[in-house]
Amino acid sequence: MKSDVKKRKKPRKLKVWEIIVGGGLATTIIFPIYWMIITGLRPQTETFSPTPKLLPTLTLEHYREVISEGTVLHGLWNSIVVATSSTVLALLFGVPAAYVLARWDFKRKSDLWFWIISNRFISPIVVVLPFFLIAINLQLVDTYLVMIIIYQTFAIPFVVWLSVDQFRAIPKEIDEAAAVDGASIIKTFLRIDLPLVLPSLSVSAILVFVSCWNELLFAQILTRSDAITGPVVALGYMSGYDIRWGPMMATSTLVVIPIILFTAALSRNLVKGLAMGAIK
Amino acid sequence: MKLKKVRQPKLPVAARFLLYPSIIALFVIGIFPLLFALWVSTRQYQLSRAYEPHTFLGIQNYITVLTSPEFWVALRITFTFLIIALPLQLLMGTLIAVYIYNLKSKSLSSFIRVILVLPIAVTPTITGLLGRLIFNSEFGIINYFLSFFGVAPVQWLADQRAAFIAIIFLDTWQWTPFVALVLIASLMVIPPQVLEAGRLDAGSGWNLFRYMQLPFLLPGFTALLILRTADILKMYDTVYAFSKGGPGVATELVSLYINRIGFGKTFDIGLGSAQAILLLIICITLSRTYIKIFYREIQV
Repeated sequence: MKSDVKKRKKPRKLKVWEIIVGGGLATTIIFPIYWMIITGLRPQTETFSPTPKLLPTLTLEHYREVISEGTVLHGLWNSIVVATSSTVLALLFGVPAAYVLARWDFKRKSDLWFWIISNRFISPIVVVLPFFLIAINLQLVDTYLVMIIIYQTFAIPFVVWLSVDQFRAIPKEIDEAAAVDGASIIKTFLRIDLPLVLPSLSVSAILVFVSCWNELLFAQILTRSDAITGPVVALGYMSGYDIRWGPMMATSTLVVIPIILFTAALSRNLVKGLAMGAIK
Repeated sequence: MKLKKVRQPKLPVAARFLLYPSIIALFVIGIFPLLFALWVSTRQYQLSRAYEPHTFLGIQNYITVLTSPEFWVALRITFTFLIIALPLQLLMGTLIAVYIYNLKSKSLSSFIRVILVLPIAVTPTITGLLGRLIFNSEFGIINYFLSFFGVAPVQWLADQRAAFIAIIFLDTWQWTPFVALVLIASLMVIPPQVLEAGRLDAGSGWNLFRYMQLPFLLPGFTALLILRTADILKMYDTVYAFSKGGPGVATELVSLYINRIGFGKTFDIGLGSAQAILLLIICITLSRTYIKIFYREIQV
């Protein structure tokens, strides 16, 4: 009885420890990101201060420097081109395949499914070694094309893996009704199922885009200057003895912020997509 | 309506038309390079000596790999990382998930959930660079923070153990929120009536968690175990940006090691390919066992 009374009183009242835990959690997560942003915005001397200043003296000098150098913008542009084309291509290949895998049973389907899933376990270093040799022979090193192709090795399985569940969520009866009306399989796919999964497909698209945008190893080995991507440019500040923290963090911010805003804006749907994809 | 054949009916032609392009594409870009790697791995193939003939070595490269302590060291480091980081992330992720699930205030819980998405979006390379900034031994904020607890400045990039702790911290910072988000999603699946009934039977606190919530968390755990194991075995970006595998080889995970052999000074692609193929075998065996063990348990 006693506990019942308590329970009725409790709701909507935050306990102190809950606020402390929540605050600590949020600070731990946000602080490094905040630190990156302000290191890009403060003079280098302040970065070196032994007692860190939480609030920066603002300056745009690093951003001016980074933008006038040009490689950063070039890299970001390349990242946009490569990630967008890779995503579109992976959707074109992966979505129809996911539809078939969700709707039909056939011989060796489980083997096929296992093969597609196991792609997630393959270390990119395994893929990039032979790709590099082939790319050298075909003179494809440092081109968009080789980047877009090698990104398909993880992008297509990722799309298939995420989309199969989305198609399964559509009742089979809809397809059967369409078949009774005489619609062909391809027509049913294009006119009925595809429009229905479109909202959740946008989640897959964003996740694939983010994984292409964030990729380092392939880009590091297969690009030199023309097709160099954002993360490789940011990493470039690491070489040499005097690390230019300001420009490095300004570049890092430029690489990360678009993705962060993107995902935060869509966080609700993204989490659903990621989590449901992971659970099933 | 005609009854469909129950056992593995043939795929209609139109469906094949939808399925095959991606199978063929994956085969060409996935299997063909692997076969090529297999071929290269049996040869003397060093890009630094491009004009030498690629003589056939048989399994010599494989013997070199398996008998060289370096490869085993890299594997040991990778698995040590896995064994420490994964349980840590699962435990912390569970605690965070249960904490958020039990929050009475809607606004705080949705605020924290948005925050949790942020690290997932951060480019792992940038996480590594960020690590260099905050773990800097002279002006890094972590040493400053530790100084309040009387800890002398730690040489994060020069001390082997410290560097290893730092990369575990970075990976945990980035991926524990993901763990928490997946587990919250699993908890949300529990129907409120079931939970209410459970409260009457099991009481509250640990028992409620153990008997009512844990069973719903299991599929999430399985998925996370598989995903995070795969990701940690592949891990490269964060560590490369943070320490390049150093100091010495203290943080040289297997991907970094193979990268150094294949694309480092010697450009020994033959040897690198042999290592890559051995790694692939390890990954596939592990994923098979994982999926076999855990997926069966779920279905029962």
